[in-house]
Amino acid sequence: MIDLKKINLEKAIELIKQKKISSKELVSFYLKEAEAKKELNAYIYLNSDNAIKLAEESDKRIANNNARPLEGIPIAIKDLFCTKDVLTTAASKILSNFKPAYESTVTQNLWDAGAILLGKTNLDEFAMGSSNETSFYGAALNPWSKNKKEYVPGGSSGGSASAVAGGIAIAATGTDTGGSIRQPASYCGIIGLKPTYGRCSRWGIVSFASSLDQAGPMTKTVNDAAIMLDVMAGHDKKDSTSANLEKTNFYNNLKINKKLKIGIPKQYKNDQLDKEILNFWELGKEFFKKNNCEIVEIDLPHTEYALATYYIISSAEASSNLARYDGIRYGFRKDSEEIINLYENTRSVGFGEEVKRRIMIGTYVLSAGYYDAYYLKAQKVRSKIINDFNQAFEKVDVIFTPTAPTDAFEKGTKIDDPIKMYLNDVFTVPISLAGLPAISVPIGLSKNDLPLGFQIIGKRFDEDSVLSAAKIIETNANFKKESD
Amino acid sequence: MTNLKDWETVIGLEVHAQIISKSKLFSSASTNFGSEPNTQVSLVDAAMPGMLPVINKDCIEQAIKTGVGLNAKINKFSVFDRKNYFYPDLPQGYQISQFSQPIVGEGYIEIDLKDGSSKKIGITRLHLEQDAGKSVHDIEPSKSYIDLNRSGIALMEIVSEPDIRSSEEAQEYVKKLRSILRYIGTCDGNMEEGSLRCDVNISIRKKKFQSRSLLGENILSELGTRCEIKNVNSIKSIGQAIDYEFRRQFDVINSGNEIIQETRLFDEKKGETRPMRSKEEAHDYRYFPDPDLPPLEIDEEWIDKIKKNLPELPDIKKENLINQYKISSYDAAILVSDKSNVEFFDKIITGNKKRNAKNVVNWIIGELFALLNKNNLDIKDSPIKAEELGELIDYIEDQTISGKIAKNVFDEMFKTKKRPKDIIEKKGLKQITDTGEIESLIDKVLNNNKDKVDEYKSGKEKLFGFFVGQVMQETKGTANPGIVNEILKKKLAN
Repeated sequence: MIDLKKINLEKAIELIKQKKISSKELVSFYLKEAEAKKELNAYIYLNSDNAIKLAEESDKRIANNNARPLEGIPIAIKDLFCTKDVLTTAASKILSNFKPAYESTVTQNLWDAGAILLGKTNLDEFAMGSSNETSFYGAALNPWSKNKKEYVPGGSSGGSASAVAGGIAIAATGTDTGGSIRQPASYCGIIGLKPTYGRCSRWGIVSFASSLDQAGPMTKTVNDAAIMLDVMAGHDKKDSTSANLEKTNFYNNLKINKKLKIGIPKQYKNDQLDKEILNFWELGKEFFKKNNCEIVEIDLPHTEYALATYYIISSAEASSNLARYDGIRYGFRKDSEEIINLYENTRSVGFGEEVKRRIMIGTYVLSAGYYDAYYLKAQKVRSKIINDFNQAFEKVDVIFTPTAPTDAFEKGTKIDDPIKMYLNDVFTVPISLAGLPAISVPIGLSKNDLPLGFQIIGKRFDEDSVLSAAKIIETNANFKKESD
Repeated sequence: MTNLKDWETVIGLEVHAQIISKSKLFSSASTNFGSEPNTQVSLVDAAMPGMLPVINKDCIEQAIKTGVGLNAKINKFSVFDRKNYFYPDLPQGYQISQFSQPIVGEGYIEIDLKDGSSKKIGITRLHLEQDAGKSVHDIEPSKSYIDLNRSGIALMEIVSEPDIRSSEEAQEYVKKLRSILRYIGTCDGNMEEGSLRCDVNISIRKKKFQSRSLLGENILSELGTRCEIKNVNSIKSIGQAIDYEFRRQFDVINSGNEIIQETRLFDEKKGETRPMRSKEEAHDYRYFPDPDLPPLEIDEEWIDKIKKNLPELPDIKKENLINQYKISSYDAAILVSDKSNVEFFDKIITGNKKRNAKNVVNWIIGELFALLNKNNLDIKDSPIKAEELGELIDYIEDQTISGKIAKNVFDEMFKTKKRPKDIIEKKGLKQITDTGEIESLIDKVLNNNKDKVDEYKSGKEKLFGFFVGQVMQETKGTANPGIVNEILKKKLAN
């Protein structure tokens, strides 16, 4: 008897191909588990009826030896990806009734490869948040919560992380603007890969900050992440920022054993960092050394400006991207006789506090008289940060850092202090600003018995090295996958 | 007290020209005019969540062509910016435009003025931007409707230098610009349908000779405070709006007050301008580079290719007409002012190589334009087609009809859209050139008017005209007047 609870994506694909399990069994298992673990609040929508029907179709294909790469595999999708005729909310009241007439490119790629929509996962409203607490549908819960303490799963892709870690999804998609895949992956003890900006199409993903948003996989293993990325990635004419590259195979490339030069940025080692994180950092270096990798100290001199730069640029873009939610054509509307009042009512009721805060920050930094001091300066700093990485990557293949400054925190402890909340992103945003690929891989448990992830950053479009390095950590850390 | 004639206007024009293209600037939706509301709207145009703009290469090519036609610098690197503001017919909540780095830089066009002089008007820039949708307020009293068919259609905003000094110059500038756009096929220039729209920036100042320095050098007097006039939607309105605004600003200054910088709306019915929005509502557009669109990079090769394939521009066409057909500069200028005129002329002249260019021009800009103007028609909608006018001219040339009859036939053609041949035959207008027939007609007239013949012979030579008239009446004007004269003279001399 196969224990479906224990198998990961790679294994499930194999078992389905060997007809040892059916797609219907797998889909039913996850639907049942998801229903049983409703307290995680990981899903905004479960695709119960449709998923079973699709699984039956997949099983027919498998029977006819006509299976595609992800045939019959149920996948959880962050509710920021537009899914045709399926509720797509961005966890916001303003889109709480929105069913798109179109399918995002990334999800379409998954369905074309035979995957099945399991459900839409919870997130911070419009992906703005680091704890999933800004969701209109309430926060998802970190499955590692215990002893009556409720921990956040991180954010914004908190629902996807919670689902994968909690055993109610075999794999999920996330999006990462400033750390939204990596930080929740770290908090929940799973793999989260943010590909290079331009690797996955943004078409059909509700925009937060166009120059930073990037879709990526959230999985149980590094191999699973590679399998997912192989399907999700690809050039898309409908996205002008999508990279037109030759198709590669990340999963196959992972089998090559690489000798890597590992960079350790000295600016990331600050005094506030907990001793146990520093210890894990040392441990990780040992893992690399053991695998014939060289450790090199590198300099990223503009690191301290990254957080401020990120919050200026992302908020500026968000303030403009979210202008379309005006109650005129779709979504929530609070009516009024006067057009200005209609806008004001719709947007003040339709958006939550954090979203409104970002819109206001963004509007402010783009305003006449402030543009040069904030937005323009931030763009200049962004160039310097990009340049920092370019220089560092002349010396090393990948960079190794903690993913977040702490382990998961308790629900309600930071939500009223935006600055404290934003500090969660301190290690992830510089990479986002530079558009680089990065992965979070679990390395061990904190003294609170919560997962801690470390981040591996690569050169533009060198996901191969990122995945290889992650695999070294994964193999050596031998992290206990189950949260219970 | 200062005098109006000591003052001059300083005018700069912003022209919004809708690009001729099959699909919109950033989406694949069609651009047809006059379709059912909201039938030409893509997901991008409706600003659905997650939708992204993709630049339409054809629109870029059109902008480059126009830039070349305006003798302007094509910028190989340009950037799309977002202009942020809320309006129900602006689905994205921003318009994608070009702010600090437009696709086309400085250029100029040359305008011809009534006094025979010509003048160069500088072009500051041309940039690409999206059009907004339309709000419809007059279907129901308490509701507004939105039509997004126009949302996302490509516009070129062409900004002139403040080189224009009068309403005549402004009108000539727009006419010339429109003519260039039509020649190269980048905008249909139809102001009624809104595919060419014009905003007028105008200020007034004392003429420069007023401030001549001791050395006799002209010192440009400083620019006055300007007003922007919107909704100026015809060549006539441009003239009216400027003349009105000149007078208004002069009166304000003359009464000791100051001009307020503001946006004003031109009221076509009243022929006046009035303030449009107050300062409280002044927009901060928060321009910033659109992160969905990489900068636009254009290579030299593409520009060269476009330059090579650019159609003949009006100034060159004019020179060619003068040289090839020996027509006057004045006539040539009228012909080239509108591409359709030249096409009409070309069709006639190439239809039959024997046709006389001067005759053809006279018929077009004399008779045809008079009737078209009277009936408020464009030459493209002329009831008389070029081939038919050509035929009519041939009938005069080969003496089938006289010039005088031809004018009647022409009127009939205009009214009935019939071919000249049919009209001539049906009405029996063919010229009588048979001398025998004319001679017997003359005999008849002379026999019936013996008393008049006697009077003539006794010296009342004025009566000659009377006899000619009688013959013409008998033939309903179809007798060849030359032959009539000749025979009549002979007969009366006997």
